[in-house]
Amino acid sequence: MRVAGLAGLLVGGLLAAGLCYGAAADPSPIPTMFRPESTPAASIHRLSLFVLAISGIIFVCVFWLLVYSVVKFRKRSDDDGSEPPQVYGSNPLELAWTVIPGLIVLVLFLATARVIHAIQDAPRPESAVEVTVIGHQFWWEFRYPGLGVVTANELHVPVSDPAHPTPTFLTLLSADTDHSFWIPELNGKTDLIPNRINHMWIDPHREGVYLGQCAQYCGVQHAKMLLRVYVDSREDFERWVEQEKKPAERNDAVSAGRRVFETTACINCHAVSGTVADGLFGPDLTHLMSRETIASGAALNTRENLRLWIHDPDAFKPGSLMPAMNLNDQDLDALVAYLESLR
Amino acid sequence: MASESIALPRATESTRGITERLHEWVVTVDHKKIGLMYILYALVFLVIGGIEATIIRIQLIIPHNNFVSPQVFNRMMTMHGTTMIFFVAMPILFGFGNYLVPLMIGARDMAFPRLNAFSFWLMAFGGLLLYFSFIGGTGLYGAGSAPDVGWWAYAPLTSRAFSKGHSTDFWTLAVLVSGFGSIGTAVNFIATIISMRCPGMTLGKMPLLAWMNLVMAGLVLLAISPLTAAQAMLMLDRYVGAHFFDTQAGGSAAIWMHFFWIFGHPEVYVLIIPCFAFVSEIVPVFSRKPIFGYPVMVGATVAIGFVSMTVWAHHMFTIGMTSYANAFFTFSTMVVGIPTGIKIFNWIGTMWGGKILLKAPMLFCIAFIFQFLIAGLTGIMLAAAPFDWQLGNSYFVVAHFHYVIVGGILFALFGAFYYWFPKMSGRMYNEGLAKLHFWTFFIGFHLTFDLMHIPGMLGMPRRIYTYEPGRGWDFWNFLITIGVFFQIAGVLVFVANLGWSLWKGRTAGNDPWDAWTLEWATSSPPPDYNFASIPTVRSRRPLWDLKHPEDPDWKYE
Repeated sequence: MRVAGLAGLLVGGLLAAGLCYGAAADPSPIPTMFRPESTPAASIHRLSLFVLAISGIIFVCVFWLLVYSVVKFRKRSDDDGSEPPQVYGSNPLELAWTVIPGLIVLVLFLATARVIHAIQDAPRPESAVEVTVIGHQFWWEFRYPGLGVVTANELHVPVSDPAHPTPTFLTLLSADTDHSFWIPELNGKTDLIPNRINHMWIDPHREGVYLGQCAQYCGVQHAKMLLRVYVDSREDFERWVEQEKKPAERNDAVSAGRRVFETTACINCHAVSGTVADGLFGPDLTHLMSRETIASGAALNTRENLRLWIHDPDAFKPGSLMPAMNLNDQDLDALVAYLESLR
Repeated sequence: MASESIALPRATESTRGITERLHEWVVTVDHKKIGLMYILYALVFLVIGGIEATIIRIQLIIPHNNFVSPQVFNRMMTMHGTTMIFFVAMPILFGFGNYLVPLMIGARDMAFPRLNAFSFWLMAFGGLLLYFSFIGGTGLYGAGSAPDVGWWAYAPLTSRAFSKGHSTDFWTLAVLVSGFGSIGTAVNFIATIISMRCPGMTLGKMPLLAWMNLVMAGLVLLAISPLTAAQAMLMLDRYVGAHFFDTQAGGSAAIWMHFFWIFGHPEVYVLIIPCFAFVSEIVPVFSRKPIFGYPVMVGATVAIGFVSMTVWAHHMFTIGMTSYANAFFTFSTMVVGIPTGIKIFNWIGTMWGGKILLKAPMLFCIAFIFQFLIAGLTGIMLAAAPFDWQLGNSYFVVAHFHYVIVGGILFALFGAFYYWFPKMSGRMYNEGLAKLHFWTFFIGFHLTFDLMHIPGMLGMPRRIYTYEPGRGWDFWNFLITIGVFFQIAGVLVFVANLGWSLWKGRTAGNDPWDAWTLEWATSSPPPDYNFASIPTVRSRRPLWDLKHPEDPDWKYE
């Protein structure tokens, strides 16, 4: 892989790197555009290889001309000191290197316009899953209006079988500043802009976890506004939806922790369905433990990380909007135990 | 062509006190002194912006690094961008333009010398305002000091809700004030080039450097004005409750993007066109041939000027424009590639059949052509809107525009420094050190910016203060940072060379390159008011005519 990348010193090499990554068969955590797993990403991938190839050819031709003229016409040590013939220009040549690039531009434009239309103006089938994505400083909120599910940071979508497509159509909104939704293997990025409604769609063909992150500078913790998309089989997705629709589990063994949660500032920002907590500024915690990560992907969702995150969010994400709760050890342990019951 | 080189008696510098000489520089309206002040001022900011870049790269050398906090990182990347564009690239190019345009068109000064001085001091004040934010930006709020909203300062991150304190205000004011300076300079360039040319110099006989600075000045007027308007609107938003960009009160974030990029894209050409000008002057002299296809070069420059005003929204392919808008901006952006390609072909045409002397100025120009070619091709990739949905706002874009700004603009500027240093100082630089500078910087540049394309294609967004390990980005980022140290070494050699040559360099003489334009007809450095008698020209290469009376250019043009 690295050998291929080193060849990427030149544009032609970049192409080689792309093809190499594209040919990799096993899933890897590298969020590369050269291993598309969804129709829009695949059309972009095909277009990009075409543009790379044309650019590579232009590069080789012009680079050769440049090197040839520098080497061939460099001043020799036995030069007689006379001036070379004074040539002022050539109209046929000028015409040639205006018209030929013009034709290349035309071809590139037509190829590009076709892909723009295919992706942006794609019809929405009846079977599509609708998700509203709301960008926050510095996390993602996902709402499934048709399914009554609300979750955060980890988007679950069904795999889309080309024979029976179940694409996911995303409506992109922002609660504060600009953000951008980008999973390179599934589609290019689209911004989430406050006071504006954007759309994009994906139809992943393969199950698995796809990584991405916010791609529009949105403030202090832009870097740790990470994004994970879980592509589930249709059965797994339905099971997940059923689980997420349930209200929070009520477990009397953790009532001490629940009391801490419900009597501190937690409920100002977080919601847990079936309780008094209905805050909207932070992620919904109803099924917190169904998620693999916390802090928008900045840390794994383990007992220790959860405890540290509540105690001192700056340990993972300095500048995140979650305040340190200043709980004593006893309350903190009780609270973590309560959160761990939110399956 | 009637100008002999006439050295006027110069006041003996050593007899006057330091305060007297300083006073002379502060109150000067001489275009050459102002030009040099622009250049020196920009070099100081180049060092500051370079230090900021180094901090950014050290932070990113390994994943989860803790060299600086995210707050400091965001300030560094904002200040680096703002500094390099507004307080390095623009002033240094204005400086060269100020110094060279009157000399090359046979004029004694700019059309409005006092406006010229005023413009310089406005820009200088703008830079000081920007950096005063480190002291004064916190205000009474306990908020951050220097601006941290990114150099495009997208709304609504700049609104009072998200940017407390005064850091954004310092950014706005600095850009606003220096923008007025730029507009003054642009007016001055246009007036000078239109009305101060020496007898015989029709527009068609003007050196390409003057033509390109004319187009550049026109673009400054068209591009800086909307930016200035947007800054005024942003201040109204922040202080009197206007809602232009305040999304929470129904304003539009997208409007700011349009305002910013209708400035931001022509700005790229404001910076690169004067560099085309340097290359178009240096390549002919070091190939010993006139520029290939002069009228086409002029036409291509004007075409770039016009088309560049229609491409701005290619910076906004990801904001959810309609497919028609995306297709239009794809087309207009790709069209810019045609006149740009014409220029590259004409430079190669100039070298073809010549006798190429590979001295430092020419080396930098050849590297410029090579790197600008690559920058142009990655530009075509980014122009294809769907490709941009993947690459936009990633490290690929960072690599692309640094290829333009460092690989293009800075390389051309280094070439220009070495080419005109003998004229400006009267002394010759050291060729060995210059070549060492070239190769060190060349290696550093390619190590950093070639490799930077790769993490972008692997999904690494820009403007992140740290990144997750194991995403295929670590190895590249490590090498990218190593390249920075080669670049620093190159710049140190450059500074040492200029310093040493100013002090000890051998006397250059009036025309060390056996060149053809009017600045080489006067003494080095040129006297006050440049020419004892205003020259008259009959062709584009007046000194060629003088040196080759048997075969003058005016017979063929």
